[in-house]
Amino acid sequence: MRFQENWLQILQTTFMQHALVGGSLVAVTAGLMGYFVITRQNAFAAHALAHIGFPGATGAILVGAPVTLGLAVFCVGGGLLIGLFGKRVAEREIATGTILAFATGLGVLFASLATANASTTTNVLFGNLLAISRDQLWLFGGFTLLVVGALALIARPLVFASVDPAVAEARGVPVRALGVAFVVLLALTVTMAVQVVGTLLLFALVVTPAAAALRLTARPGAVAALSVAFALVSVWVGLVLSAMVDLPPSFFVVSVAVLVWVVVLVVTRDRGRRTATPARGGHDRLPAVPERTH
Amino acid sequence: MTTGSPSETPPALVLDGVSVVRGGRTVWDEGTLTVPAGAVVGVIGPNGAGKTTLFQLALGLLPAATGRIEVLGGAPRRGNRRIGYVPQNYTAALGEAVRARDLVMLGLTGNRFGVRRATPDERARVDDALRRVGAAGYADRRMSELSGGQQQRVAIAQAIVDDADLLLLDEPLANLDLRNSQEIVTLLGELRRERAVTIMVVAHDLNPLLPVLTDAVYLLDGHPHHDVIGEVVTEDLLTHLYGTRVRVVRTAQGDLFTRSG
Repeated sequence: MRFQENWLQILQTTFMQHALVGGSLVAVTAGLMGYFVITRQNAFAAHALAHIGFPGATGAILVGAPVTLGLAVFCVGGGLLIGLFGKRVAEREIATGTILAFATGLGVLFASLATANASTTTNVLFGNLLAISRDQLWLFGGFTLLVVGALALIARPLVFASVDPAVAEARGVPVRALGVAFVVLLALTVTMAVQVVGTLLLFALVVTPAAAALRLTARPGAVAALSVAFALVSVWVGLVLSAMVDLPPSFFVVSVAVLVWVVVLVVTRDRGRRTATPARGGHDRLPAVPERTH
Repeated sequence: MTTGSPSETPPALVLDGVSVVRGGRTVWDEGTLTVPAGAVVGVIGPNGAGKTTLFQLALGLLPAATGRIEVLGGAPRRGNRRIGYVPQNYTAALGEAVRARDLVMLGLTGNRFGVRRATPDERARVDDALRRVGAAGYADRRMSELSGGQQQRVAIAQAIVDDADLLLLDEPLANLDLRNSQEIVTLLGELRRERAVTIMVVAHDLNPLLPVLTDAVYLLDGHPHHDVIGEVVTEDLLTHLYGTRVRVVRTAQGDLFTRSG
């Protein structure tokens, strides 16, 4: 590792510009999606979708198709498959884990069949922001518009269906359809994010910024804004650091995201315990007895 | 037919020869009863007798296999804004992502698609609902930070925020200590007095609810029955219902039944 004196010039190169724009698009999308991933307790599915993308990418190399296309097809397909499995979290987790393992196996097979050079496989696993092409940028822009637009449209019923499915269903919210729509949006997000941080590190960009934001506030608008801000800072700082020392940006992007999360955890460590301080003006004036809530 | 209510208001719930089948098994059948508007109804019966199923029929989440159902004068349908619903173990799944006021707001606008900010009127209605259940003091706290009793109040606020005419509460006293349990019962009595709302409460223990109950629906021998509460709180019926010896003790506050044996 050595410091590169000309890092400012490096930042102005085309591949860095592409990385900045592409990374920012991904940060906005991932930051927003993260809020819903957490309210739906879907973090594992997000992680699994990234792995399901792996055979998509290596398969695309095998048949000579664009990597993004392979990623998208496998992520959306895997997302639909997961979405079709039971509403119960336990069932979903098992199905998700099984699909994940199978997909990873396929990925290894395709990679060896394609005799892809090691760096291509490495790019899929760990991401390579610096390899984003102009065409991919257009695609990312389209994905971002689609995901953010769809989220804005379904945000309220989606939150309702996520935190309160039984009541939401009684109120006429199409809970099941929203669940499927959500995994498709998640799959598109993952397709993009994989190319920034790779399948193995994706969690840090899709879940971690939103988790940090949620520790700081529960106001929905503020959570969304903070989450996007944390993701953007991770990508930007990560890219600058990578230009400075000529090491893969994925590492720095993830490290900044994790650092933000750790700092927030430390700052808010007094909260999060089920505090039973008497609420002002409420009826429950007694020091609350710890209550069982299954 | 059924004209149980003295006023012009249609009955809250009418079952006419209703049977309900789930997973190939008949949950109960020969359901013929009328719950008058404005009643506070305890829904009782042994575990698995189909108490929650009755609510699902009323909510339009489950069709009747046979017979006719009428809710607030119309056929049951999903998304009926005149019904407020608090499911069982409702608060267990609520994470730290939502504040009490967000949850209540969902009861008002949660089924609407599209981008739109809450109007001042909607915010005022949420504040009002929180105030009515005594939850105004922790409106901005996360659901995960609240005690069981507080969570139950917020859940009820969500059910009443849209001015429902029928409240369906599934085991609202489960997991509450005695004090919180009594406070929720008092709250139900207040809601009933403030507006002519009909309240149906699934409960495995009738005792704490007795001060406010006017009627009961009990599931006995595979059929639902309705009666005024005084006719239900008898040693013979309760003993039959619970399959264990029940004694009814009359006190100044009202009837109290105890289980023994």
